[in-house]
Order: sequence, then structure tokens, then C-alpha cells
Amino acid sequence: MWRWQSWIPVPANRIGGALVLIVVLGAIAAPVVAPHTTGHSFPELLSAPPTIPHIVDREGLRLPFIYPWRIANRLEQRFEQDTTAPVPLGWFTNGRLVDSSDDARMPLLLLGSDSYGRDVFSRLLFGARMSLALAIAAALGSMLVGGLVGAVAGYAGGSTDDLLMKATDLIMVLPMMYVALALRAALPLVLEASTVFVFLTAIFALVGAPFVSRGVRGIIRTERRLEYAIAAVSLGAGPGRLLIRHLLPAARGFLAVQVTMLVPAFIVAEATLSYVGLGFPYPIATWGTMLREASNVRTFADFPWLLSPAAAIFVFVLGLNLLVQGRDDGFLKKPVL
Amino acid sequence: MFIYLLRRVVFALVLVFTVSSASLLLTRAAPGDYATSDGLRGGRERMKVMRERYGLDRPVLEQYLRWLGGAIRLDFGYSLAYDRPVTDLIPERAANTALLAMTALLVATVVGLPLGVVAGSRRGGLLAGSVRLASVVLLSLPPLLTSLFLVFVAARTGWLPIGGIGTASHLVIPAAALGLPIAALFERLQAQAMQEVIGQPYVLAALARGVPRSRILWRDGLKAALRPVASVYGLVVATLLSGSFAVETVTSWPGLGRLMLEALQARDVFLVAGCAATGSLFLACGTLLSDVALAVVDPRARE
Repeated sequence: MWRWQSWIPVPANRIGGALVLIVVLGAIAAPVVAPHTTGHSFPELLSAPPTIPHIVDREGLRLPFIYPWRIANRLEQRFEQDTTAPVPLGWFTNGRLVDSSDDARMPLLLLGSDSYGRDVFSRLLFGARMSLALAIAAALGSMLVGGLVGAVAGYAGGSTDDLLMKATDLIMVLPMMYVALALRAALPLVLEASTVFVFLTAIFALVGAPFVSRGVRGIIRTERRLEYAIAAVSLGAGPGRLLIRHLLPAARGFLAVQVTMLVPAFIVAEATLSYVGLGFPYPIATWGTMLREASNVRTFADFPWLLSPAAAIFVFVLGLNLLVQGRDDGFLKKPVL
Repeated sequence: MFIYLLRRVVFALVLVFTVSSASLLLTRAAPGDYATSDGLRGGRERMKVMRERYGLDRPVLEQYLRWLGGAIRLDFGYSLAYDRPVTDLIPERAANTALLAMTALLVATVVGLPLGVVAGSRRGGLLAGSVRLASVVLLSLPPLLTSLFLVFVAARTGWLPIGGIGTASHLVIPAAALGLPIAALFERLQAQAMQEVIGQPYVLAALARGVPRSRILWRDGLKAALRPVASVYGLVVATLLSGSFAVETVTSWPGLGRLMLEALQARDVFLVAGCAATGSLFLACGTLLSDVALAVVDPRARE
């Protein structure tokens, strides 16, 4: 029912798909597209504004170049553009798509730098890898756990079903953020990045599982009464085969929609946990740890480019929402987060 | 109806009990306790004294039972970090969170429902289109992002205070940040329900009898379409609490969420459990109220 399609010529789900694709491709191609590594800092360029590529200078058109920033006021961290010494951009050098031809004169900072002088754009791309990988792994985990619980509950029925669904209901009404917070806080406060990744994946998978199990249980319950299921049983299929080969495939559509709801919720959950300091340790680039840079109100009012991870989250979530809603308007039943 | 309500009340009690016990045990199971996180200042001797004083050296089960015994009498123990009874600390913070959540819910309802009626009752047009577009955008902006964005705008323009609590103007940003995404959710649900209602034969019949269009929309349509929204209200309470955690952190709103975060980081076990108990009480009340509301709006839900 997306009637505003009528005044935007492209269907909403295509726009959504394109947005998702841009973010995912950016994450995959990060080592090639990002001009710098996540930890590399430019001590002379703390909180420097973005260097916008120009193609026109006083003498007319030329190849893309950037103007270097010269520090104007160290106390206010204010920079001024040095228009007398443009630095041309270098293409396909050092295995990077595009970079400044001379990092010593001025590195390419497409989205400025943070308070440690690290390139926000590069961190955004590498951060997307962490944030997306975590969210997708956790969503798959939720499918697995939730699918299993739902299938067992729907198949067994009776008191098993009752018990499992009561537990599911109990977890579902809880605010997801707090459950994740409490579970995370039960672990040591300071952990290695890889340990954090594993633990957060497990926590999110558990928190998201009830949303999956509820729907899967319903689907299995109705499907197992249908003729084809009865036929399979009478042909000698055991419960395992019946579930995996015949009944679970019926839940495919539901699972696909669930993924598009869980992934955004997990991305935001990671961002929130990292923002409050319970997520990834600080040198690791994720969208959440990057937002932590913006936790000082005074800084980010002056340095709006520090909000770019927020923009990235928005673009990705909007893309997913459009992708699903363009096809099916009726998916909004309960907000996960 | 009575049995239905009784069952919901039992569920609420189980909820509060499970959540507060689980959070106490979880925090207790975490490596380190308040004495170790504080002990750096006091040294080994002080650590031992503190452990004894608060019973942290006892077995977990004994601590838990003692806490449970107190909790029944509404004595939630001592906050180790604040050195005050938990029951002294929580009411103020809880009231702040409640104020924030209620205002946000009010914003969401007042903004979301009428716009949903408008958008749901028109087949196209600029107004309905822009409302939908705004909703899709807002639905992709969780409270963490809305609050960051609003704080940024406020810091840039200086129109509104950017953090803390005090006057009514301090409430504007947190309430908007928390309420607007939910307003978008309500708008979408209401619009979908309106579309279904408008297709019903009885609406056509009413139109044919000459009942004015606006009256059908705003009286009969709104009422019939309230059911799906009412059924979501209970679930939205959890969303409100989750969201208010992010909003409280970003806008420095001294609510329950921030208190619990501090308590978790300091391993202040009894304060964590107290916060969790209060939060789950909110949740239970919210779900209970929405269950009642749903039962009133839709008699079928009573079974």
C-alpha cells in the first residue's frame, strides 16, 4: 500500500535494496575503499573537518584534488583551508581505490577525523564490517535457537509447548536492551574484542530467539495438521525428518522477515552497549564505539561528522525497512527493540 | 473477565519476581564484587571489612534468600556505592523515568493516532504520502539516533537545553526522542487498521445512509481501528523502557536506566536488583493496563 510510490518513480523496495547494498558493499570492500587503517592517526589533524574533493580551482577544471587543512586555532581545534597548495588525489595506489597522493601534506579525510586524528570514513567502513557481522551472526543464532525451540514446542504440543511458550512470553515482554545489558554486565567489564564479539553474538541471539520461536511454533502447529504432513508421516518419516524436510521450509518466509527485523535491532543494541562503554573496547572500530566519540555533547556540536555512524545506521535500517515494507505492509507487529 | 484479570496479575507477579531475582543472581555471578571495584582505594583490609558488612562473603544462595526475605517487606537492602538504602535512591529516579515514558507515550498517541486516521483513510495525495514517508523515516531511527540528532540540533541552535533535568523545557528533547519513533509505529498501525475498516460493508452502509464522512472516520472508524493499537500498547512499554535507557544516557536524564547502568558497572548488586524490580514493576503495570484496555475495546480478548 505504498502509494507514495506514485510520486517517487522507483518502487520503495528497490530504493531500500539499493541502500542496503551500498552499505554491505562498502563493508565488504572496506580494505580497498578505505584510504587508511582504523588505528592510523594523524596527530596534526585532531578533529579535522572533512576534506571535500574539488575539481575546479582558480585556473579552471583539473583532476580531483583536496585542499590541506592548516590549524588556525589549536585551543578551539579550528582549521582553515590552505587554498594555495592543493594536493591531487591518487587513484589505485597502494592497493587503495583512491587516496591523497601525499599523506604527509594532507591525507584524504572524506568524513573528517575524530579526536584521536583517525579517519572517520575508513573507520566507518571497517566499523560496518564489525557491526553488520555481529548483527547477522546474532540474527542467524536467533533463527537457530528460536527455530529449534519453536519447532519442538509446535511439534510436541501439550505441556512442553506450554512451558516453552510461557518462558518465551516472559522473555518477550522484557525490554531487550536491559536483558542484553544485564547479561553483558555479568561478564568481566574489560574483554578482548574477539571475546566481546562472541559473547555479544550469543547474548543477542538469546534475546532475539523468542521472537522467532513464537512464529515458528504457530506455523509448525498449523502445518503439521495438513495433508502433506500426514502423508509424510504415513510414509514413515520420523519426527526429525518431518520437521526439517517438510515443516520448517513452510516457515521460510516468516524467518526472512524476522531477519530484517532482528538485524537492525541488534545493530542498535551493539551501538547502545558500546556507547555506554559495555560493548567493544575503544580501539576497535564499530558503529557503536565510533558513536562513543560523540558522547561528549560539546565535541559533537562542533564536529558534526562524528555523527556519521548514526547516519550509517539510519541508512542501513531505512534500507531494510523499505526493502520489506515495499513488499509487505503488514509486517509491523511488535517492535523488537 | 475476573479470571482473565487474575491470570494477568499472576503473570505480572511472576515477572517482577523472576526479573529481580535473575538480575541479582546474574550480578552476583559476575566476576568481582563491589568490594573489588572499590577496594583499590581502601586496600585489602577495607575490602574484607566491606565484604563482611554487606554479607558479600556469604554463599550466594544465602545472600539471595536474605535479600528475598527483605524484598517481601519492601526492604531492598543497601546500595554499596551510595551507602544508602536502595529504597531511598530509587523513587526519585523511577519517577523521572516514569515522567519521561508517560510524556513520550502521550506524544506518540497524540501525534500518531490522528495522523494514522488521516493517512489510512486516503488512497493517495500529498498529505497521506508525506505522513507515510515521515513514518518510514522515523521507524528507521531508534531512540539512540533521534536523541543524538535532537541533542545535536539543540546544541547547534541553542533553542533548548541539551541535558539534565529541571524545567519543562528539559523534557522536550528526551520526550520527543523517545516518543517520535513510537508515534510512527502507532501511525502505521492505525493507518493499516483504518484501511481495513473502511473496506467493511457497514462503513459503506453508513455512508449510504448519509452519515457524514468525517463522523464515520473520526468516531466509528477510529473506534474500530483502536483494537490493533491497544494490543500493541502493552508491548510498547518494553520498547519505551529500552528506548528510555538510550535516551537517558544521551541526554543525561537522571532516570532508572542510568542508575542501573552505574550500579551494574560498580557491581552494586542490591541497587541493580532494586532497579530491575522497579523496572519490571513498570513493565508489569503497563502490560496489565493494556490487557485491561484491550479487554474493554475487544471482548474477544477476554477469553
